[in-house]
Amino acid sequence: MNLICISCPRGCHLTVEKVGNEVKVTGNSCPRGVVYATNELIDPKRTLTTTVKIDSKKAVRLPVISSAPLPKDRVMDVMKELKGFEVKAPVRLGDVLVKDVLGLGSDIVASKTIEE
Amino acid sequence: MENYQLIVIGGGSAGIAAALGAYENGLTRILVIERDSEYGGILQQCIHNGFGLHTFKEELSGPAYAEKYYSLIKDNECIQFIYNAAVTKIDDMTVTVQTEEGLLHYHGDAIVLSTGCRERPAGAIGLRGDRCEGVYTAGTAQTYLNRQGYLVGKRVFILGSGDIGLIMARRMTLEGAKVIGVAELQPYSNGLARNIKQCLEDFDIPLYLSHTVESVHGKSRLESITLIAVDDKLKKIPGSEQEIECDCLLLSVGLIPENTLIEDLGVKMDRRTRGAIVDDTYMTSFPGIFACGNTLHVHDLVDYVSQEGRKAGKAAADYVLHRTKEGEKVENIVSNGVSYMIPQSFHKGSDCEFMFRVNKVFKECAIHVYGEGLDKKFKKPGIVPSEMQKVTLKKQDLEGLKGELNWEVVTE
Ligand SMILES: Cc1cc2nc3c(=O)[nH]c(=O)nc-3n(C[C@H](O)[C@H](O)[C@H](O)COP(=O)(O)OP(=O)(O)OC[C@H]3O[C@@H](n4cnc5c(N)ncnc54)[C@H](O)[C@@H]3O)c2cc1C
Ligand code: SF4
Repeated sequence: MNLICISCPRGCHLTVEKVGNEVKVTGNSCPRGVVYATNELIDPKRTLTTTVKIDSKKAVRLPVISSAPLPKDRVMDVMKELKGFEVKAPVRLGDVLVKDVLGLGSDIVASKTIEE
Repeated sequence: MENYQLIVIGGGSAGIAAALGAYENGLTRILVIERDSEYGGILQQCIHNGFGLHTFKEELSGPAYAEKYYSLIKDNECIQFIYNAAVTKIDDMTVTVQTEEGLLHYHGDAIVLSTGCRERPAGAIGLRGDRCEGVYTAGTAQTYLNRQGYLVGKRVFILGSGDIGLIMARRMTLEGAKVIGVAELQPYSNGLARNIKQCLEDFDIPLYLSHTVESVHGKSRLESITLIAVDDKLKKIPGSEQEIECDCLLLSVGLIPENTLIEDLGVKMDRRTRGAIVDDTYMTSFPGIFACGNTLHVHDLVDYVSQEGRKAGKAAADYVLHRTKEGEKVENIVSNGVSYMIPQSFHKGSDCEFMFRVNKVFKECAIHVYGEGLDKKFKKPGIVPSEMQKVTLKKQDLEGLKGELNWEVVTE
């Protein structure tokens, strides 16, 4: 099977083969490619980036990111969960806003500091 | 009038890095002038992750990258930022700045231009049909959505497979819009392969290669577009039209370096990059004015923008402190597949890094660099126009070179 590694902008073209019980990956330029290809076969995951509402003098939206990739087919559920969510400034880069969102083992984290 | 050793115009990733590079190399009075209300430039609207893998060894969102990079100069007394301030003119190393308090003037011993780029608008591609609401450049839609929380359409079609368009396809889908498809005039995509995968394929959004939008229709708001196929000469194929209902068309059809400030000064421009012609110190044909980042040539990786900015800042410091490189410059000549080269000329005597793009897709190939006294080939597994290429030539390689240096792509 051919895959494109999405773990960084380089986008290596990977070839994945199942040899017995082992997954053999070629075409990767770094070890992250192997991790990606293996996951993509078993349990595809995606990092979510979006914005949430913020009560602040300077901004109306706060960019956020999932601290770990989420199961691909649950990303939309997390979007729904964040729909009515609102935070109040100050918020700092890296602050955890939602712990273990929907029990998926990933936090929703601020990806920008908004002081006031 | 206040004098600074260095004035940096634009506080995006290139400008922040230029200020840092100048400070690291001895300047103590640096002014960064930014039009927006905060630093970071385009990064502030690029909330997706994919920034800084080289610089910070982690994949950050645009705003997080800006914040991390800015922290390197935060509270530095030698570097001053002014916001909501747009430079309207450069004259005799004096800049005119429009601010809330009116016009201000500053003089710089050197100037770094880091004003980024702008998007090609609808007018530039000759979109036919009705004049109706609902046609936006992808970057404008991105600003609306990511900074204001406003979604510009519910049924969206995207023209152009540049990365901004692809990123917006995913972003608008996540926000509940239906993205019907993306059309690309060329037979290949202009975006990164990873963005085709994670922004289109993940959501089953079709990519129509060798297609374009023939016309747009709607009374006051966009109601539909006509999609048409093109042949290998990019000519429209009559009879291949199809009507697609949508209330929003995003254009992601290219970026143009923002250079009005220096064009007015008569700085020599490169018609291929649409940025200034520079040497290996990033100095333009106007002594003391330097250029870096998207204003010089459109980049795809912020890490390279930051590196370039830092080098331009260093060079500006060298200029101000009279450490400028001496000697004759070598011209770069591009042909056969290489579409441009930055820098356009360089001094021998040290290692030199070259950045360029190719003008079509090449499979197995090599970059051939040659001139009198130099002949080298750099093998490449396959290169595409959308990925900027980098080659470094060592001081020893360049020593024996006489006359100009030629660049081409060769396929065996
Ligand atoms: C949509 C998009 C997605 C991208 N995705 C990625 C990615 O995933 N990974 C990655 O590594 N890179 C990515 N890039 C590339 C990279 O982030 C940019 O090329 C880089 O941030 C550009 O920096 P810059 O400083 O040259 O320009 P800009 O960020 O545009 O900064 C220019 C600044 O100058 C200011 N300015 C302009 N004119 C004036 C004036 N007259 N007076 C005062 N100020 C002025 C502007 O307000 C702006 O702040 C992406 C780029 C885009 C457009
Ligand atoms: S294999 Fe490594 S270098 Fe290649 S795309 Fe994946 S993360 Fe990037």
